Amino acid sequence: MSQAVTDPHATTFKTLATVLGDGVFSTSQYLDNLRLHVPASRLIELLTVLKNQCGFSFLAELGGTDYLGYPGHTRHRFEVHYVLLNIDTTERLIVKAGVDDPNPTLPSAYPLWRGADWMEREVYDMYGIVFEGHPDLRRILMPEEFTAFPLRKDYPLRGRGERHNFQKLSREQS
Amino acid sequence: MAIGLPKSGSGAIDVPENTIITRLDATIDKLLDQVGGNQIINAARKYSLWPMPFATACCGIELMAVGASRFDIARFGAEVMRFSPRQCDLLIVAGRVSMKMLPVLQRIWLQMPEPKWSISMGACASTGGVFDTYAVVQGVDRFIPIDVYIPGCPPRPEQILRALLDLQTKIQKGSSLGSKGLPEVFDAERALPEKQIVPAGIPFASERGDEDRFGYRLPGGSALLGKNEAK
Ligand code: SF4
Repeated sequence: MSQAVTDPHATTFKTLATVLGDGVFSTSQYLDNLRLHVPASRLIELLTVLKNQCGFSFLAELGGTDYLGYPGHTRHRFEVHYVLLNIDTTERLIVKAGVDDPNPTLPSAYPLWRGADWMEREVYDMYGIVFEGHPDLRRILMPEEFTAFPLRKDYPLRGRGERHNFQKLSREQS
Repeated sequence: MAIGLPKSGSGAIDVPENTIITRLDATIDKLLDQVGGNQIINAARKYSLWPMPFATACCGIELMAVGASRFDIARFGAEVMRFSPRQCDLLIVAGRVSMKMLPVLQRIWLQMPEPKWSISMGACASTGGVFDTYAVVQGVDRFIPIDVYIPGCPPRPEQILRALLDLQTKIQKGSSLGSKGLPEVFDAERALPEKQIVPAGIPFASERGDEDRFGYRLPGGSALLGKNEAK
């Protein structure tokens, strides 16, 4: 018995087309993940509409990727993805925004979802992407005095000697 | 030392010859002559070690097994695990230590009162193990003194007991104060002053230079390590 397959995103796309018009984002699909690729300049606009008019009240995940040297990748070097969840309809959407060296900068999603706070700090800590408008953009995983962004693909696995000035305790000192 | 029976003076006791008590008394006297008072103190210390379990990863689970009834570390007098370093004299580093955690480890070591000893348990604590990355300390002995190393991932409980026995031998021989440790550790220590004037982010070749002792062959030799990476 076959069931009519309904597009779970139909309503969302209708709203987006009425509010934003065409040409704001492009889409791609992997399995059942629908991704919206949006330029950094229109990111907040899109996210605001998705939150306030399409019911995506929950930011489920925010993360970064460094595509340096990724085979076949032609878009920006860094991508930040926002996984949004509509709690009422369980619809999921992924928004992706790309940024490039030098000084990769994106607007912060903190004013929309408070949950973005620590996730943006983590992306900043690992990739050095600055979120403008974030209230407290500090490192979250690495020590404060760390100088590099370790998940960038051009960062050597063993580091660059950031541990150089750690104190060593000898028997006599302790 | 007046631990045996008083032989003369007002407290002298008249004991018949060749009874058990006279023979015991002679034994105690002989023992005290042979060993010094220190040895007795050392013996007391080695049979009542109070471990500080610094369990940061999977090795900690094995350490718990050693504390439980099947392997029962209490048989060797070291069952009193304290979670305050102020009450401990044996630090057991069980698991990998991230570089952010390291100042905490050092602080705990400094908080423990003398005399104190330390065991580095497992591949990760001793060498960094498979976690050969910027974030994990490649052997805690680069930053705190270590008395006994336990290999294994994780070590069998028997190995931990063996390490405890080795440590007891070491303590009996005169504690670890002034003990010198491995020569490689000394090499790393010698590079310290040089290391502290290099600014952050600049590779410091000898920082990881003694890794040759684990059989690694780094391209270009250990002295060049990090040179290309920083370009
Ligand atoms: S040595 Fe093995 S068991 Fe121990 S902490 Fe490392 S990975 Fe875990």
